[in-house]
Amino acid sequence: MKKFCLAAAATFVTLAAATLGAHAADKLKVGFIYLGPVGDFGWTYQHEVGRQNMVKALGDKIETTYLENVNEGPDAERAIEQLARAGNKLIFTTSFGYMDPTLKVAKRFPNVFFEHATGFKRAPNMSTYSGRFYEGRYIQGVIAAKMSKKGVLGYIASFPIPEVISGINATLLGAQTINPNIKVKIIWVNSWFDPGKEADAAKALADQGCDVLMQHTDSPAAMQIAAQRGILAFGQDSDMIKFGPKSQLTAIIDNWAPYYEQRAKDVLDGTWKSTDTWGGLKSQLVVMAPYTNMPDDVKALAEKTQAAIEDGSLHPFKCPIVDQDGKTIECKGGTHLDDGQILSMNFYVKGVDEKIPGK
Amino acid sequence: MALLEAIILSVIAASTPLLLAAAGELVAERSGVLNLGVEGMMIMGAACGFAGAYFTGSTFVGALAGIIAGAALSLVFAALTLGLAVNQVATGLALTILGIGLSGLIGAGFVGQRITPAPHLDIPFLTDLPVVGHILFGQDAFVYFSILLVAGIWWFLYRTRGGLILRAVGDNHTSAHALGYPVLKIRLLAVLFGGGCAGLAGAYLPLAYTPFFIPGMTAGRGWIALALVVFSSWLPVRLVGGAYLFGAVTILQLHTQALGLGIPSQLMSSLPYLATVIVLVLISRTRATAGSAAPASLGMVFVPDR
Amino acid sequence: MQLVLERRGERSALIAIASPLIAIALTLITMSILFALLGKSPITALYIYFVQPLTDSYTLQEIAVKATPLVMIGVGLSLCYIANVWNIGAEGQFTIGAVAGSWLAVYTNGTGVGYWVLPVMLLLGAAAGALYAMIPAICKVRFGASEILTSLMLVYVADLFMDYLVRGPWRDPHGLNFPTTADFDPVATVPALIEGSRLHAGAIVALILVMLATVLLGRTIKGFEIRVVGAAPKAARFGGFNSDQLVIFTFAVSGALAGLAGIIEVAGPIGHLQPGISPGYGFTAIIVAFLGRLNPVGILIAGLFLALTFIGGEGAQISLKVPLDLTKVFQGILLFYVLACDSLIVYRIRLITTLRKPAHGTA
Repeated sequence: MKKFCLAAAATFVTLAAATLGAHAADKLKVGFIYLGPVGDFGWTYQHEVGRQNMVKALGDKIETTYLENVNEGPDAERAIEQLARAGNKLIFTTSFGYMDPTLKVAKRFPNVFFEHATGFKRAPNMSTYSGRFYEGRYIQGVIAAKMSKKGVLGYIASFPIPEVISGINATLLGAQTINPNIKVKIIWVNSWFDPGKEADAAKALADQGCDVLMQHTDSPAAMQIAAQRGILAFGQDSDMIKFGPKSQLTAIIDNWAPYYEQRAKDVLDGTWKSTDTWGGLKSQLVVMAPYTNMPDDVKALAEKTQAAIEDGSLHPFKCPIVDQDGKTIECKGGTHLDDGQILSMNFYVKGVDEKIPGK
Repeated sequence: MALLEAIILSVIAASTPLLLAAAGELVAERSGVLNLGVEGMMIMGAACGFAGAYFTGSTFVGALAGIIAGAALSLVFAALTLGLAVNQVATGLALTILGIGLSGLIGAGFVGQRITPAPHLDIPFLTDLPVVGHILFGQDAFVYFSILLVAGIWWFLYRTRGGLILRAVGDNHTSAHALGYPVLKIRLLAVLFGGGCAGLAGAYLPLAYTPFFIPGMTAGRGWIALALVVFSSWLPVRLVGGAYLFGAVTILQLHTQALGLGIPSQLMSSLPYLATVIVLVLISRTRATAGSAAPASLGMVFVPDR
Repeated sequence: MQLVLERRGERSALIAIASPLIAIALTLITMSILFALLGKSPITALYIYFVQPLTDSYTLQEIAVKATPLVMIGVGLSLCYIANVWNIGAEGQFTIGAVAGSWLAVYTNGTGVGYWVLPVMLLLGAAAGALYAMIPAICKVRFGASEILTSLMLVYVADLFMDYLVRGPWRDPHGLNFPTTADFDPVATVPALIEGSRLHAGAIVALILVMLATVLLGRTIKGFEIRVVGAAPKAARFGGFNSDQLVIFTFAVSGALAGLAGIIEVAGPIGHLQPGISPGYGFTAIIVAFLGRLNPVGILIAGLFLALTFIGGEGAQISLKVPLDLTKVFQGILLFYVLACDSLIVYRIRLITTLRKPAHGTA
């Protein structure tokens, strides 16, 4: 009898432990490293929206943590490592500057999966993902050229990295299809997120005669200035319509939620593999905010352009591409520049008068 | 011409917080107290000012909240440096760090919220005058107040007995004490005034400049205000010129970029700081010249003997 | 009836010992209240902040990594503060040191140079930091300009200068235009103490500096000069000590240490030069110097303690969702209490009943 009870107890405990253990193992811990504050209404905000949607979709199966305002320096490596040590099995690092720290930590934690946004270094347990924002820029260029009365666009840029340069170029190429003589003025604020400086830059551009503003920075400051001055602008990263109800034409919205949900599911199903995802309008990683504050014919044109990009019949960087020195760029993708060329773009197209800073 | 007018307007807006903060610090320093915590008081003013305006919808309440926040923080500073004779440099730095941290905590919930920006003056005929219309008659209350503030400080320092005593305290606290003046009380009032001004300056940023709150939105303006006080040789009138000069450099740096002039932006940005060092050297050599040197007791601990 | 501050006849030994403990206790109480206000259990929060980082070898190493620059700079600053001159520009000297040392790394990058590169980089860093610090020192000695403000202004100049270099001439040609230099060669990198860890030789350097500073201050004539010039400048003059020279000396030494910390941080944990190499080490080190009572060993302890709070704060962000700003609040409050309590060593508070009537209308 005693032996039976003992055996039964042992079995029960083992079963209980197994169930509990399995239950605990079922909850996937997912971590996020954010560059800015979640309330920036720009880049980080969209990642946070993605995270929240992921939580809604997967509910009980996951548990998420995020760290915001993480500097892109040595502190980043420690933050990523802390998340890994705290038991997170899937970690998203949401800025280019986290590339090397993520790689270093990935090497030390082979059983944790890392997802790095907008980078180019990978490992068996480290993927990269980004959006083809230049597709949205092209559409914005078309709209801007149609809506600008003075033919001068204002561009508030952060750093002269390829992602930003390709954005400027795509905008110009789209605009040039409507107005071949369109001009763009660029101000580099040297920061992803500095509302004061962005506002000052927006004011300076408006003062210098730009009547359509666009930005590659993360706060709605420029949109607010546009609203104040009564000029038009494009939102960036998220829909900024509430900061400029009469000014926003559209915005490029980073739609990370489906990707995040998919990757978490992959980990839960055990099918996660290191990939490089570069999605655009077609895969809905990039979404355009509703086209507003423009006449119907411009709206129709924008929608047509978008459809053409989505079905592949129009590529923003279709050849021939001529740089600002007049040289024709080698066309490695057949009829358009290939991905590698876009990712490392380091030249302005014809039509930009200024030089890339630091070249 | 329209570009020049637009630039001047931007410069005025950028310079106002510097002027407000520096004006208050000038009074504190004239009384002999060096409060390095301006950045901390400013950012607290920004957070509380935004909160005040957000909950009541009134810019005025926001401004008041900012002033109180700055003054409250300066009270802590005064308690230590005046009450316990603690080193002013260390206390000021602690104040800055505390202020930055506290404002982050307070303001965290407000990031992404909007308020209505401060209204601008609009007199039917005057504001529409070409060139000068907006510059003179189209500003918000903070700008006009900043000019009035400096004028008031000038009048107080040089035309009233109270100002004379304050300057005496700053120049030689031992003699002032021997003459029977309440050195610590005067310094306390000066420090509170400085704190209130810094808080107001900080509140200007979310209330009028960029109408939402971001942690750290002062971005070092407090340190620039400190430089400004020195740059102006502790003279209120020069403060206005200095503030607008510093503001102009910030704005022009952006405009030269937009014009494609190719001057390294960092060089332009470093000019105010280099200029301050040079001015400091120059004015200190002429210490004998009345009125153009630092208050002699600046930063020195004072404990009244009995 | 009023409260006045009165100088004690001699320093209170009791308070001198109790002061840091009282300060810490007061800080913990204040923080507990803050935690409660934020809706977190004070006990858990305090544990995560102060105890948890000590329980894991990884976080212990990270504490050492974070403390290294703080201690190095703090030791240098303490020399200045003891001599009663205020070097507020350590952050700028840190940057200039990093820039100077990085110049050699960038110049020789990929050319297969020998092991001499790293020691020379460190020397360059220290020398550049020293020279940069001598600017405010000379301005003070020669022209009487306030060293507080000149050294502070130069922080911005240094920062902008480095910003210009990494965005322009020194930018990594293969780095896709990102504002950073190429990664330093292994010979130009500060070696790690433990394989695969971030703990690097800089920690040893910091410890050596603490020992050297203790010897300097306690057992050498120079140290004696520094202490006398700070405590009793007139006596110092009578003693024949040249206070001008001493100002320059202390500034140069603290600049050298800050510059050394800068290049070590860049050639060690960071591995290349980029904007944002310092989360305010130069300013935090001022707190460390004061917390450590301007005593080298005290600074070592204070530096480790402050680093602990940084790491603990990050842990709190993960487990408690407490914002990182709380760490700053904690540090500010701690410094306030330490300064206040320390003041009671030299002064006492008395309640008196007679009031001095201020004279009216004199002179």
